[in-house]
Amino acid sequence: MSHAKPNDPNLSPGSARIGLVLFVMYVLLYAGLIGIVLFRPELLSTRPFGGVNLAIAYGMGLIGAAFLLAIVYMIACRMVEGSPASRQAASSGGVRKKQHRD
Amino acid sequence: MLYETSPLAIAIFSVFVLSVIGLSFFLGRKGQSAQGYYAAHGEIHWFVNGIAFAGDYLSAASFLGICGMIAFYGYDGFLYSIGFLAGWVVALFVIAEPIKRLGKFTFADALDSQFNSPGIKLAVATSTLVVSIFYLIPQMVGAGDLISPLLGLPHTAGVVLVGVSVTLIVVTAGMVSTTWVQFIKGSLLVFFCGVLTVMILNRGLIVNAGGDAGVELKPQVKTICPDGMRLIDGEPQSKTHDLRPVGTIKSLPARYAGQASTGPLGPLAYLSAIEDSTIVTWTSKKHTDVQGVHTTYSPVERSGKDLLKPGGYFKGLTTGTLSDKLDFASLMLALFCGTASLPHILIRYYTVKDQAAARKSTVVGIAVIGAFYVLTLYLGLGAMVSGALDPTSSNMAAPLLAKTFSTTLFAIISAIAFTTVLGTVSGLIMAGSGAVAHDLVENYFQIPLSDHEKVRCGKIAAVGLGIVAMVLGVAFRNFNVSFLVGWAFNIAASANLPALVMLLFWPRTTKQGITAAVSVGMVSSLTWILLSADTFEKVYGWSREASIVPFSQPGLVTIPLGFVVLIVVSFLSPRPTQRTG
Repeated sequence: MSHAKPNDPNLSPGSARIGLVLFVMYVLLYAGLIGIVLFRPELLSTRPFGGVNLAIAYGMGLIGAAFLLAIVYMIACRMVEGSPASRQAASSGGVRKKQHRD
Repeated sequence: MLYETSPLAIAIFSVFVLSVIGLSFFLGRKGQSAQGYYAAHGEIHWFVNGIAFAGDYLSAASFLGICGMIAFYGYDGFLYSIGFLAGWVVALFVIAEPIKRLGKFTFADALDSQFNSPGIKLAVATSTLVVSIFYLIPQMVGAGDLISPLLGLPHTAGVVLVGVSVTLIVVTAGMVSTTWVQFIKGSLLVFFCGVLTVMILNRGLIVNAGGDAGVELKPQVKTICPDGMRLIDGEPQSKTHDLRPVGTIKSLPARYAGQASTGPLGPLAYLSAIEDSTIVTWTSKKHTDVQGVHTTYSPVERSGKDLLKPGGYFKGLTTGTLSDKLDFASLMLALFCGTASLPHILIRYYTVKDQAAARKSTVVGIAVIGAFYVLTLYLGLGAMVSGALDPTSSNMAAPLLAKTFSTTLFAIISAIAFTTVLGTVSGLIMAGSGAVAHDLVENYFQIPLSDHEKVRCGKIAAVGLGIVAMVLGVAFRNFNVSFLVGWAFNIAASANLPALVMLLFWPRTTKQGITAAVSVGMVSSLTWILLSADTFEKVYGWSREASIVPFSQPGLVTIPLGFVVLIVVSFLSPRPTQRTG
């Protein structure tokens, strides 16, 4: 089992930061729906796009957004992990990890 | 309502159960290491693991519960879908990769990876067992509830059938067989829900489906006499004298004036047509006198607009009191935070080889689970206007909807409902088995176990948990189980999430802080639930007003409390030396 520091950036190059940014974006979207339900429920019956009402559109949008952000995250992680700087950081992290155990 | 037993459903279910048990014996025929039993050797392909996430997560509560809630109350059921899926965003962006990096077999491994603390091991193993057992109860009771109407067997038979099958699956090949059962179940569930949705859209909306105009709009009274006899409108209940199925369209939107049916509709057109229709739903009112318990089911016309906005189930949203609003916000917070704290979900991260695979499998999980939750909206609304609903049981909405298309589809959906229980229960028993053998016996009590003994210990724990699950499934048979899933989410989120998040993002976190946060989160959320108005009314049968907590869902208070306790205790305890170098 690894005994490395969990918040050591060398062991999770860039992906943790990207994850947090996307996480905050989703929290705002999710909180937006709950806020409307609690404080402006009358908006949910409006039909902003002509077809379905805002309640359904927002709900479907949240499910779609989760998938979309997940794909963005996967692509971004691949780019970060594939960069030369990241490979170097990961490799030096490995050295640090070994030293830590010693 | 009384149901016809379906031999085809029995046949399909038997074939599935025997196949997965056969597969488990096949997978378990080779000797197994602890790494194989608890983590499937870390060799499961990320795509298979992603589908298995869906099989693990989409419990009977998701499938039958949400479809039923949408069919009975409209949009509010979809809010559960939204919350259940949103939890996966926490899992992907915050939890997945660290959990994989820090742990080996269990969630306790990850939280304890820096400290080697007996306190953390005991607290986390206890919270794993408590959450797993609270999640097991509704699954087992659900299995028993379904087996009576669908297969014509008594409640106990359903509980024992699921308990024995799942114990066999887990004991034969541990996480390997559990993963494959969940993969098969996840695939079948989403595929057949997709098929059903296509059929719903193809049928479109039909005025007064399955009914006879004029007869529909009379209330009916069901009486349960003190001697257990059941009466419908004063006459003994029988297959020829039963409650009428409910849920129809009274009138279509103006653009279909003069038509009895819309014909096939696209996914968005279907939703917008429902919104512009008038729908006949029903209300139920209960009263008790010397002759027994009477429930009156009265038809009521409602506009589609009302049904497609919040407030049908969460009635407090329309009355507007602060405590009702806080209760709703608290539930949505618990759903958001609970998913990534459920032990049976977390252990699935140890079955893949590395962090990248953990990430990719979560993305597959989000895609499949998200697609499923979109389908639940169509299944629920399709059931609402199918003219086939049983007003006494929302759990039967999805199977009864399938029955309006064909008996074969009914048999398949019923069989899948049972397999839904199998997949989730096997994951829960696996999580509990790891907590007992790995966290408690080996790590907390420091009993040295060889690799082989560790597997045997896990299998004995799995059998023990299987028996506990069966006993609880029978003991809680008359219990209102819908909010037990909410309990599990609240306890998981309150006990586990603060500790995990702070360990990852706050270097000052100490072992005393983690132990205190897990213990306080678990005990405070449980206590809050036991003192809540919902529990007073539905469990103890007391007045809601006697409750001493301001709203029923604890998450809004107990999740932040876990963070506060962790921060305060960490500041009061010595700075962690291992983490500062």
